[in-house]
Amino acid sequence: MNIIVVGLSHKTASVEIREKAAFSPNQIEKPLGELIKLEGIIEGVIVSTCNRVEIYATTRDIAGGIARIKRFMAEFHHLPFEALEPHLYSYHAEAAIRHVFRVASSLDSMVVGEPQILGQIKTSYGYAAEFKSSGIILNRFLHKAFSVAKRVRTETKIASSAVSVAFAAVELAKKILGDLSDKTVMLIGAGEMCELAAKHFLNSGAKGVMVTNRTFERAERLADEFGGEAVPFETLFDHLHRADIVLSSTGAPHCIIGPKDAVDVIKRRRFKPIFFIDIAVPRDIDPRVDDVEHAYLFTVDHLQDIVQANLAQRSLEAEKAEEIIDQEIGQFYKWLSTLEVTPTIVALRNRFDEIRRAEVEKTITAWKGMPPDAEKRLEALTMAIMNKLLHAPTSALKQSGQGGRVDLYVDALRQLFELEALQKDTEELELEE
Amino acid sequence: MTHLFFILTVALYSCATIAYLACLQRTSVPLTRWAARLLSAGFSAHLLSTIHLASKLKYLPLTNTQESLSFFSLVIIGCFIIFERKYKVTTLGSFIAPIGLMMLLASSSLHDKTHLLHPVLQSNWFWFHALMAFASYACFTIAAGVAVMYLMQRYFLKKKHFGGLFQKLPSLDTMDEISYRCLTIGFPLLTIAIISGSIWSEKAVGSYWIWDPKQTWSLIIWIIYAALLHGRLTIGWRGKRAAMLSIIGFIVVLFTFLAMKHSIVW
Repeated sequence: MNIIVVGLSHKTASVEIREKAAFSPNQIEKPLGELIKLEGIIEGVIVSTCNRVEIYATTRDIAGGIARIKRFMAEFHHLPFEALEPHLYSYHAEAAIRHVFRVASSLDSMVVGEPQILGQIKTSYGYAAEFKSSGIILNRFLHKAFSVAKRVRTETKIASSAVSVAFAAVELAKKILGDLSDKTVMLIGAGEMCELAAKHFLNSGAKGVMVTNRTFERAERLADEFGGEAVPFETLFDHLHRADIVLSSTGAPHCIIGPKDAVDVIKRRRFKPIFFIDIAVPRDIDPRVDDVEHAYLFTVDHLQDIVQANLAQRSLEAEKAEEIIDQEIGQFYKWLSTLEVTPTIVALRNRFDEIRRAEVEKTITAWKGMPPDAEKRLEALTMAIMNKLLHAPTSALKQSGQGGRVDLYVDALRQLFELEALQKDTEELELEE
Repeated sequence: MTHLFFILTVALYSCATIAYLACLQRTSVPLTRWAARLLSAGFSAHLLSTIHLASKLKYLPLTNTQESLSFFSLVIIGCFIIFERKYKVTTLGSFIAPIGLMMLLASSSLHDKTHLLHPVLQSNWFWFHALMAFASYACFTIAAGVAVMYLMQRYFLKKKHFGGLFQKLPSLDTMDEISYRCLTIGFPLLTIAIISGSIWSEKAVGSYWIWDPKQTWSLIIWIIYAALLHGRLTIGWRGKRAAMLSIIGFIVVLFTFLAMKHSIVW
């Protein structure tokens, strides 16, 4: 049995293509149903996010399976096959396992280490499990992928560092102020970046937001949005000491907060530290504010530096993650290849037994004046022959699990003895589990 | 038996110190866990060694420099283990474990004679006084370790060096809280130690305060930490100044501990 992967991602296709090839999660039942009706496809899972569309399936016929899934993706979305095909990649066997493990561990993401992808795969798998398009192999496979992703997260620092400016600001604030749950954020001026950073701070548990702006209405509007408090710009310095985190991005031509103001604020705060982020160009906050004890001033450039350093760190961590994945692939692949041993042995035995019985039957019917104990003797004789004949191939097959030649043996036996009932047996095995 | 436990303690503290220093270099959950386990195991061995020695001597082993250093190390590590449980600050171990180890090594390099217990030491006031003093010194040691970390982290933040050590060190706020906690525990203990010490002095030589060097320096330590605590409580002293004072306080503690002898006994 083989696992195959067919799909496209941000690495191979533009947004326009990805949009057209995406499967809507609300109507995933239809494509899942069609997928497992394709010839030779046994199980299937569809993962569709804004950055990737991938189909995981199991099949006996690798080349045929991949070709049929590619065609299915084009036909389902009414896209010309020739237009879609160049963007599609496909993997089978070990490469397919590696690919899915890497995707789940967020090593293949646009931003390496971003955590959403794992949740998205879990949801996609949830649909497949609900509509019964995934079976014993994909169930086990995806659960393994989830545990690998978890291992990667806990054993490497791949997702532990901030890779966006807004998030870097939050991380930095935590290094100064510790727990943010009793901290207040003040927004001076309104800029997209400021708002984004404020959202990040609130998501990280900050207690409240104060907003000030030269146009008070704008401040009020923004304060409403965040459930915060609007402060008239003229009274900025009456309120500044209440803020632990100050985000500034006004269009003012000169600095609005100088070192003297900072000293004042620090005193009113009883020397509790205050964290300034200056996003404005030209600057809103005098660089000398950073020289004031307990005031910590950072600009966008500083935050960018952190992001760059973290990205470099992530690629180092990604190497560690690849090592973890290497280990896990070995284990899973072993399980996958030994999966077919027992059903094959059972099928082979059934096949032999079928022939034996038919021949014994034939002999008995044709034998006139058969001695009373002849049937028993015939049974014993043919059974002995069959067992002797089966002994060597059975033990060879059982031992091939260690040597890694399982696929070869299973395929050979299947073809030589025309064993076709394997799929059914796999299902029975699943019921037993 | 005591010796065996002692060697085991040195070995475990050494391993723990190496592990804690390695924690500065790389992030690994198993490594952190092992560092803590090794240190706890070392502490247990140290405790057993001390108890064994105490039962042999029939008094607490802190009557000469060798014994005192070992005891000091024991109390510091014990104190650290409690703080690490509460605040989950592995990096503090990278600063405290080496101090504990060095004190223990210094102790083992000394070979003070265990003399017969001086009669003036056979007073419950003395033992109580000594225990309180050690506990307060241990708190101040932790505070000094945190202060060094605070100054480093502050330097990184001001100079915008966002390297590995910056990532490892806890937040300024956490360190501030730990040092405050050390102070609020250590200072009352020191006060009790000085009071019980002077009661013992009265019993031993008939005067509460005899201005011997140890008493005088203890008073200086008390004044330093009183100033620190007062500044903190009234005008919110914290940060760089508090950290510096905390380090100075610790240096004075060490000096007093190592260089000043009780004129009563010796």
